[in-house]
Order: sequence, then C-alpha cells, then structure tokens
Amino acid sequence: MSASLQDPSLTVPAPPKGEPRGSIGIARNLGLVIALVVLCIVGVVTAGDRFASTDNVLTILRLATVTGIVAVGMTFVITGGGIDLSVGAIVALSSVWATTTGTQAMADNIGWVAMVFSAILVGAACGAINGLLVAYGRIVPFIATLAMLASARGLAEVIADRKTQIIRNQGFTDFFAAEPLGIPVIVIIFALVTVAGWFLLNRTTFGRRTFAVGGNPEAARLAGIKVQRHTVYLYTLLGTTCGIAAVMLMSRTTTGSSTHGTLLELDVIAAVVIGGTLLSGGRGTIIGTLFGVLIFMTLTNVFTLNNLSTSTQNVAKGVIIVIAVLLQQRIANRKT
Amino acid sequence: MSTTHPRRRRAYAVAGAFAAATLVLGACTNSSSDDDTSASVTKSNTDNDKSGDKVVIGFSAPAADHGWMGAITKAAVAQADKYDDVELKVAEGTNDVNLQISQVETFINDKVDAIVLLPFDGAAMTSVARKAMDAGITVINVDREFDSPFAARTTVLGDNYGMGVSAGTFVCEDAKGAKDKVVTEIAGIDSLPLTQERSKGFKDALKSCGLDVDNRVAAEFTVESGEEAASNLLQAAPKIDYLWNHDDDQGVGVLAAIKNANRDEFTMIGGAGSADVMDAIKAGNSVLKATVVYPSTQAADGVKLARLLVQNKSMSDLAEIEVPRQLKLAAPVVTKDNVDTYLPSAFRS
Repeated sequence: MSASLQDPSLTVPAPPKGEPRGSIGIARNLGLVIALVVLCIVGVVTAGDRFASTDNVLTILRLATVTGIVAVGMTFVITGGGIDLSVGAIVALSSVWATTTGTQAMADNIGWVAMVFSAILVGAACGAINGLLVAYGRIVPFIATLAMLASARGLAEVIADRKTQIIRNQGFTDFFAAEPLGIPVIVIIFALVTVAGWFLLNRTTFGRRTFAVGGNPEAARLAGIKVQRHTVYLYTLLGTTCGIAAVMLMSRTTTGSSTHGTLLELDVIAAVVIGGTLLSGGRGTIIGTLFGVLIFMTLTNVFTLNNLSTSTQNVAKGVIIVIAVLLQQRIANRKT
Repeated sequence: MSTTHPRRRRAYAVAGAFAAATLVLGACTNSSSDDDTSASVTKSNTDNDKSGDKVVIGFSAPAADHGWMGAITKAAVAQADKYDDVELKVAEGTNDVNLQISQVETFINDKVDAIVLLPFDGAAMTSVARKAMDAGITVINVDREFDSPFAARTTVLGDNYGMGVSAGTFVCEDAKGAKDKVVTEIAGIDSLPLTQERSKGFKDALKSCGLDVDNRVAAEFTVESGEEAASNLLQAAPKIDYLWNHDDDQGVGVLAAIKNANRDEFTMIGGAGSADVMDAIKAGNSVLKATVVYPSTQAADGVKLARLLVQNKSMSDLAEIEVPRQLKLAAPVVTKDNVDTYLPSAFRS
C-alpha cells in the first residue's frame, strides 16, 4: 500500500509520463525551441538591435511574468485532468483585495508584506473553492470555474466600486521595481516560481500523483491516492499562483483593479497547451509551458517592434495553437 | 472503500491556512482629477508648422474597438502625416494594461523623443509613464489622466464633467422649468473616472433646475452593451422624457433597443459626437435631438504638442513661452441649429 503510494505508476496500467524523457519528448521540446529561435531570428532580422538588446529581453520577460506564473499553476491543474477558466478573475479579485484602503492601512502598520499575503491568500482561497466544487461538489471544472470567473470578477467590482485602486505604499512599489544585478525583481520571482513548479511536478510524490490523477483517476484511486483531496490541492496551488501573479500586476501597474487580467485565462491555457501539456490530463511539462509563454510574449514583442496590428497577431496566435494541438495529437496517437 | 482516510497528512500543497480574518475590506481609493483651467485649441497656421528638427513620437492607445477610439488613432496618424519632421511609431491598441506597459517600455528602449499615451487605465499606466519621463522622454497624457503630475509633461483632456453639464443644461432648457420630467441616463464603463465625472456633471446640472436622474444604467461603450442596457432601462421606465446616452457608439445599440421597443415619447441626447448621430440630428426624424461633443482629435493635439515641446516651440496663440501643463477641450452641444459646424470634424462609427 505504502509502496504504491510512493510510486502509483507501479499499479497504474498506463504509466503517466513526467517531463518528456524519450525521443518523442525531446523532439517536442526541440520543436518549441526551434519555434522560439525562428521567432527570435525574425525579430533580429526585422528589428535588429532593437530586438536583440538586454532592455528588450527584459521587456519581454517583464511582460511574461503575469501569464507565466499563472501558467505554471495551470500546468498542474491541466495535468491533473482539470481546467480553470477563472484565473483572470482571481487575479483581479486578489489585486483589488490587496489594495483596498483597509489592506493598505494594514500594510502601512505592519509592512507591505501584508498586501502580498492578502493577494496570495485570496488567490489560494478562490482556488480552494474551485477545487472543493470540482472534487466534492462533482461539478465539471469548466462549469465550476466559469461560475468562479463571474463571481470573482463581480466581487472585485463590488469591493473596488469599479474604480482603480492606487497603491500608496512606497515600500511595496520600491521593492518590486528594484533591479538587483540588472534583473527586475518580478522576473526573478517568475524564475523562482518556474523552478519550484518544475521541481514539484517532476521530483516529488505530489507531482507523480498529479500525473496519476490526470492520467487515470480511477486507477489512481485504486492505487491509494486521495483523488479528491489531491484535486483540491491542485486548484489551490493554481489559486496561489494567481495571487502571486496579482502581486506582479500590482507592482507593474501600481494599482489594483477589477479590470486586471481580463481574458488572461485564454493566454494562459494557450501557453500551457502549446507547451505540450495534454488538455485531457496525464501529461504535463513546466519547461514546455515556459516555452509556450515565451513564444507568445516574443511574438507580441516582435509585432510591437514592427508596428504590426494585434489583429494579425491574434491570427498568428490562433495558427500556432492549432499547429501545436495537431502535433500533440500526432504524438499521442503514436504513443498508443 | 474510497472514503477511508489513512490520515497521512503530509503537506504537499502550498497554502492551506485561511487567515481570512487578517484580510480587511476597506473602502476604495480612487484618483479623481481636479478641475483646471479650460483652453481651446486653435489651428495654428504660424511658423510653428514649418519643418524643424526630426521628432520621433511613440503612440499608444486602447484597442480601437469602437468608433471614437478608432478615430483617435486615425486623427493622430493623420496629424503626424502632415509634418515631414515627425515620425510616429504607432503601437497597436490594447485593453491589456500589462501589454500597454510593455509597449511604453519598448518606446523607452527605442529612445523616442516623445510619447503620446492614451492609457486604458490612467492610474495603471502612471508608473511606466513616470519611468519614461525619468528617461528624458516628453510624455503627453491624453484623455485618461495619470494619478501623478510627474508622469506627464502635458495632459490633453476632454471635459467629461463639462459633457455632463452640457447635457444636463440642454435638458433643463428644454424642460422649461417643469419639475416632473422623467430623466434617464445610460452611462459608459462605470469603473472609469471619466464616466463618473460625466454622471456627476449631469446630476449637478439637473439639480440646478430641480430635476434628477430617475433611472441610470451603465453600458460598456459597445453596441452590444448599449442594446442590453437600453432594453433593461426601457423595461424599468415605462415613460421617459429625456434620455442621455454617454456614448454614440454604444448609442447604435441604444437606438436599436428603442426601435425594438417601439418607443418615441422622449428626447434622446447623445455623447461623443459621431457623424451618424449628427446625421440623425440633422434629419430630425428620430428621438435624437442633440449630442455632446467629446473631441476625437485629442491625440492629434497630443502629437502637435509633443512636436512643439521637443522642438522647443511655444503655442503660438498664447503669450506664455512654455506649452501649458494641461489642456481641457470644450464639450459643446450639437443640435439641429449648429450641426453643420461640427459635422465635418465628426467621426464615423
């Protein structure tokens, strides 16, 4: 019993795969690397030094922090066989809750960390509610998180009275605007979250259970995994990353607003999917997700540098998503 | 079988504690603009328009998802094209503040001379605008105000409060002292300070003649939201005397709802001043009797001012040497009597 808990794949018929190790996996990540390199070459050719400068790379990375951090959490939920449409709304609610005059007054008394904790706690709480609804309420993730999408953004609007709340706390803005060794703090946090996410998914029992739950919940249950509890953990983890992303957005905009993170869920899910995480669950990769985010953000940057319209950019995004999913299906079919 | 718990409580997931008690809900803070002196922009046909030093201007605005916003960008580009010494770099419009911030960061990286910025959310764009100013770039803030005076050299604003006042005053004059008129209002996006100011101006003007807003709904500047809001409003108010709609683009939807409901007992006043609405006012065969102009040439003025500032010129019709810190454009009421004056500069939805 305990042996199977440690490694559920022993008793699960189709062993769930972690970070791709076989030749197919390398090929897929190679595909993402090639895509990113091609984009970079396009960037250098069309924009030259404007693209290939440190400042510009940092601009891309700063832009990527919000989507990227949420995408790490989303990788867990999708790998675990779920989906979460409410991430943008949770980011909005967290940012609003952490910037009310009440929270800001508290931050003035006990330090700006209070705002960070508020954002993360609100995010985690929303995630936990999502998880409870999905796991114990037996509501399909699509519907449960759709409900959260509506109510979290609604609550954000109620709390903020649909106004933009400005962060007055200088300590908060100074800390996150800092650039130790030339690297912005928010980019460092993005890197830490990504590394932590990679470790948690690929090097811990928690990660192995996530693959098992997403790959075959029934088999996972028979292997002694508390599927329902694990599902709650996954959504809570995603909520937590939403809270962290809210802090990133708060530092970038120095505001909390109920309009923050509008349609963020689409960018996040798209990045996770083109990264190679299967929407049906059971297979997920943090490194792929990171590439997915970087590909989208670099694409945006190249379009911006060349004054091209976001409309064509969206067409390009759509094409990339379709190609990625088609490739995924090929790989999935070849495997079985 | 599945419900037996072996009680292995190892902490796998992050964050389990709900310290909700430490989270305090408070009232919200908000940046509100203060009223400053008004000034009107005149077409300068002076030496100022003569070619000077090359000026590179970065331009960023929200997504052109409705007529007025589209006209803003078009007018700015057209203005820049008139000068052979201006190079305008137009970043594609976006309603994502995170992306708009990165556009401004790109302008800073590119070391442009000036940035004309119409923020999706003024407060949210303040810190990056400040960064641009610190980098020695002249920032012109258009329409939606930053919350710090250090974030822009000059601000060009429409008079949102004045729009409300103009609309309210028109209602008061038309009502001729009657106190029992039913006045309704369809606002734009409520979270924007500009909407709040418009509504406040409308309310204040109505108050001066003893009227008040009986029904108020908010739409989102889109045709679809205008239709939805108007349908609800018409249901809520069986008889209306006056209807002020903040925005002519959402007004297309508002008019559709009015038509569907077969209502024509009231006078409708528009906002922003689209050419379609002005055509309707001119024709005089609909509920539309007036609209309040909210100039779609603000960003074009921003481009002109950015050029003056970078080239160290002054505004020709002012005695003052320096370009003013703020320009607030007027919000005139367009009726059948003066529609021909405003129609040429109106925007097409």
